[in-house]
Amino acid sequence: MLLRNTAIELQSVSFAYRSFPVLEEVSLRVEDGEFLGIVGPNAGGKSTLLKLILGLLHPHAGTIDVLGGRPAEARQKLGYVPQHPSFPRDFPITVEQSVLLGRLGTGRRRPGILSPGRYTKSDRNAAFEALTEVEADGLANRQIDSLSGGQLQRVLLARALVSEPAILILDEPTANIDQRIESDIFDLLKRLNVRMTILVVSHDIAFISSYVERVACINRSLVCHPTDAIDGQVIQDLYGEEVRMVAHNHTHNPLTEEHQ
Amino acid sequence: MTQFLLALTEHNFLQYALVAGLLASIGCGVMGTYVVVKRIAFIAGGIAHSVLGGMGAAIYFGFDPLTGALGAAVLSALLIGWVRLQLKAHEDTLISALWAIGMAVGILFITKTPGYQSDLMDLLFGNILLVTEESLWFMGALDGLLLIIVGAYHRQFLAVVFDEEFACLRGIPVAFFYLLLLVLVAITVVLLIQVVGLILVLALLTLPAAIAGQYANSLGRMMLLATLIGGVVSISGLALSYEPDLPPGPTIILLVGALYVLSTLLTRFLTHYRIPYPTKRQKRGTSRDE
Repeated sequence: MLLRNTAIELQSVSFAYRSFPVLEEVSLRVEDGEFLGIVGPNAGGKSTLLKLILGLLHPHAGTIDVLGGRPAEARQKLGYVPQHPSFPRDFPITVEQSVLLGRLGTGRRRPGILSPGRYTKSDRNAAFEALTEVEADGLANRQIDSLSGGQLQRVLLARALVSEPAILILDEPTANIDQRIESDIFDLLKRLNVRMTILVVSHDIAFISSYVERVACINRSLVCHPTDAIDGQVIQDLYGEEVRMVAHNHTHNPLTEEHQ
Repeated sequence: MTQFLLALTEHNFLQYALVAGLLASIGCGVMGTYVVVKRIAFIAGGIAHSVLGGMGAAIYFGFDPLTGALGAAVLSALLIGWVRLQLKAHEDTLISALWAIGMAVGILFITKTPGYQSDLMDLLFGNILLVTEESLWFMGALDGLLLIIVGAYHRQFLAVVFDEEFACLRGIPVAFFYLLLLVLVAITVVLLIQVVGLILVLALLTLPAAIAGQYANSLGRMMLLATLIGGVVSISGLALSYEPDLPPGPTIILLVGALYVLSTLLTRFLTHYRIPYPTKRQKRGTSRDE
């Protein structure tokens, strides 16, 4: 295998909310073009890890390098799909307008974010392309409030894609939607992975194992596994108790047997 | 009504009042929309009431009360915004304090100024009939400033009021635009005080926008509709109050209040019986996830 460049590198990163440690001595190297799954129990530090990489939180110890710089500097080259939308659903905004917001700060000059005025023709084209890519182009004029959970997830994904990010970061993108759409969205991510690095947090290790190359297991500390090496012991170590795994109907799934 | 129209052609003060109502409705439509969708009505209320402190001080020291009002409004907007952004503290205690302290300071200054007591009611409840030509220019200039800034930075404002976290990730200086937004709200409060006074200003700032929000599916349309509603209620309030010699400010507020109640009932009724009406849900597209 060719040696790939480093997209993200964490070295001995620790983080605590007040005196409650969330991450301890976490080291992780993500290569360019990798599709990394992040799993772990609730409150195990998955979302915290993403927010550290996005520069929304700062580590108390250790260093984080994203695309060769500090997280806050690389931020505009990252696309982020949050677990819960951080806006009120009844906000008077159409799908197209919310996707166009992702075009802010995409200019070649950094002060582009301060530039006054309207969106350009190329901004609108990019928004249309992003919506087409997530198969939501028919929703452009709909109000955010009228979308189903799956539709909203596609729109949030389009908003992250419209800035043509080098790294796409998703926090539980399929937590609130049914399984048929879940596999649709992961199929889409698999296609996007051809041109961008993807980090995806999931609670469902069995499901994502059929898509990602490698799984990072986080429960305060972090252990990485290639997806073909995951067995019941790994999961038991991670969650700290015996876990009954449910087999999903996917081909090439290494986890089709049940572990008691 | 005919008597009002007749008087309108004869009296300068009525024409000024009419223009003042229209100028105020631009501010109330544009900034009221941001106040409603960002849910910062309480901040706007705090700014409005703290203004009395600035007006009282200006009157006592012999300046123009409007200059004092503008200074106090901008100062309290920055203070509230700074507390929220820097200390990450809940700003409601500070807002309540500014609200009351501002009024207390204003009342003290005004009672110590000889011969000004009678105008206190006008400051509190406004008197659109006393608007001078000079204040109209002042209001026009403030409107112009609002429209230029909002016109230039409407995308950044939308990002900040819609989703602060996302705006931050796109590299937008969220703190700067949030503070700028509060300063513009402060300017609007001073604009509207001319028409309805500082006690009633909150209603004119939020209600037209809230009504518009029940029908509009974008901020731009909401602003336009709210401006129209603001203009219509100011003019009709003025006209209605003229014949029975009622104070115009409270008449305008009761009118917009009634309109808000009616509109809320109407939209509830229509949604309940699933009668299609031209609102947010009008445009339906196709998608796989229906």
